[in-house]
Amino acid sequence: MSRRVNATTALWGLRLDPDDKPVAFAVGFVMLILLIGTGYTLYTQGSAPLLQPQYLLQQLQVGSFLGIVAAGLMLVILLGHIDLSVPWTLTAAAMIATAVGGPWAIPAGIGVGLVVGMVNGLGVAYLRVPSMIFTLGMNAVMRGLMVAHTGGFAPQTAATDLMQYLAVARIGDMIPAALLVWLAVSVAVVAILTRTTLGRSIYAIGNRERAAYLSGIDTNRVILVTFALSGAAAGLAGVLLAGYSTKAYQGMGDAYLLPAIAAVVIGGTNILGGRGRYLGTLVGVILIVLLNSVLSIMQMLEAGRQIIYGCVIISMLLVYGRGARVTG
Amino acid sequence: MSDTVLAPAAAEPKKKTLRWGDGLSLRWRKHAGILGALALFLVLYLFYQMSHPRGFTGQILIQNANEVFALALVSMAQTVPVLMAGLDLSVGAVMTLVGCIASHLVDGSPTDIALGIVACIAAGATCGFVNGCVVVYGRIQPIIATLATSAIYMGLALILRPTPGGKVQEDLSWAVASDVHEFAATFGLFDDGEATWLQPFAWIPVPLVLLALIILVIWVPFTRSVMGRTVYAIGSSETAAYMSGLPINRAKLAAFTLAGLFAGLGGLFLALQTSSGNADIPQAGAYTLNSIAAVVIGGTSLLGGTGSAIGSMIGAMVLRTISFNFRIFDVAPLLQPLFEGLVLLAAVSIGGLKLLRLKNRLEIFR
Repeated sequence: MSRRVNATTALWGLRLDPDDKPVAFAVGFVMLILLIGTGYTLYTQGSAPLLQPQYLLQQLQVGSFLGIVAAGLMLVILLGHIDLSVPWTLTAAAMIATAVGGPWAIPAGIGVGLVVGMVNGLGVAYLRVPSMIFTLGMNAVMRGLMVAHTGGFAPQTAATDLMQYLAVARIGDMIPAALLVWLAVSVAVVAILTRTTLGRSIYAIGNRERAAYLSGIDTNRVILVTFALSGAAAGLAGVLLAGYSTKAYQGMGDAYLLPAIAAVVIGGTNILGGRGRYLGTLVGVILIVLLNSVLSIMQMLEAGRQIIYGCVIISMLLVYGRGARVTG
Repeated sequence: MSDTVLAPAAAEPKKKTLRWGDGLSLRWRKHAGILGALALFLVLYLFYQMSHPRGFTGQILIQNANEVFALALVSMAQTVPVLMAGLDLSVGAVMTLVGCIASHLVDGSPTDIALGIVACIAAGATCGFVNGCVVVYGRIQPIIATLATSAIYMGLALILRPTPGGKVQEDLSWAVASDVHEFAATFGLFDDGEATWLQPFAWIPVPLVLLALIILVIWVPFTRSVMGRTVYAIGSSETAAYMSGLPINRAKLAAFTLAGLFAGLGGLFLALQTSSGNADIPQAGAYTLNSIAAVVIGGTSLLGGTGSAIGSMIGAMVLRTISFNFRIFDVAPLLQPLFEGLVLLAAVSIGGLKLLRLKNRLEIFR
């Protein structure tokens, strides 16, 4: 997007675009996490499981659910909005998918996400309710619907074979199928953002919606479609997660919203919209996933995890995520 | 504020009545959000009281006030950053952390208790100040900065209270969660609460008195100070506020510190009321999200610049009254989240009606 050639910074002899800087730093931080984690395991166990491809692939497999959520969320954040309905959109999709079963399980799950996203889009675009509050309300509504649907218990229905295959299977005993799904979503998002008018419109609205509207973009429709895409991504993640754990359960999506926002922001996407690259989000997800796995290898308590988590986000953003000084 | 703006017009008698009418409508528009929320609250609460099987009693009022207090303060905390067009996702975490601190410190001799309470209040303000520093000097967007600090505060709370527990002094715990008479009787004030002049107020629940005190002693002076006005100005236009020479950075620090202070007071009360501390992550998250809802219902714009913590307090009351009504009408607990969500969506969607009145489509964009 707004590639400012004259604003490139020289770093280690490399010329870095401002949009590339977060990506480069995040990659560097991923390396640092791997280094620290490996040092720890070498010291305590005398082995380096973190560097084994098998282990890394397994981590990426678990991370692909977060990755798919973050991909959808990034689109919404680029608009300058946010989607807080992710947790229960994801859970609802998982529950409906397992309840429907059969060949229609996966389309039903994604469809649920799509519908929730469209309602979000209608509220945000056409009713002009701030996305923060409308998606929050949708989250409560979906939670209410699902609690009423299941009676508050974990549903007894199981994930279909195809859902389980997509979530846990290894292609050629090596590449996790879930990773391939994440890859497909990633390619789609990159294509949307860089090769379609929809993508350009998303960036334009994120920068200044009024200008986008005046240049002839049907901004309401773009917002609607973007929220629908985000909902569908959350739905897909829910379907896969249900496949991974063979069933849906209450609150399965709660652990995905804040890490997804963190991943998008660590990846250099401006939380106010209009700026950011998908590659950054990808690296951000990998960073969060590896950080989590290193912390669990270190058997860090929840308290320590939370503190480290917060410190990492702040320090990363202090390095490259700082806003401009107000100068009038 | 409308008074000062319109004051010079009073010199011209002919236009005086007209201007006065203008002032009234301006004033009406300025407070329309709060008045709307207040009307909603009164309708809901009257409905609740009238349908209550035991009718209106002081005990019910006390119970309701106790349930409202923490959310009301967390919502007031949320209001301050929202007025600057920011958001504080750490209010629930600060509340939880201060609650955990209180469950360790607020016990023992009267001096210990007093020091403990001061420490809790200071801890809340410090958390808010740290948020402010990250936002002002780190120049990180408030929503992300507080997302990160909330994780840190929750971590600290978990260190203090790995499992729910702790204890606060029983008399204090009992006194703050009852009515004025009991409060005075517990501490032997005003002839054990039997003083004649106290009788008209004896029935008022202590939490409501505390809320009124906090608003009168902290919130109202704050909005009338330079800091308070600057917070509103930043929300309207940060650039304009900067160009007017307002102390932007100090105001932001003050705003986040005040938010931490309010959230800390909420946590302190929660610890006193439940007589324990609990580092419950979902509970903290629920308080944070409900605080945003309460702020919006209370008529504060998420875009900043207009609104008031008093409105948010009423918003919190509306949210809680909705749950009270569920209890009365035996709405299946399973359906309650659904209704809560639908009410929230309906309440905020009504704001969409104003789009119909816009003459210029461009005005709908920020």
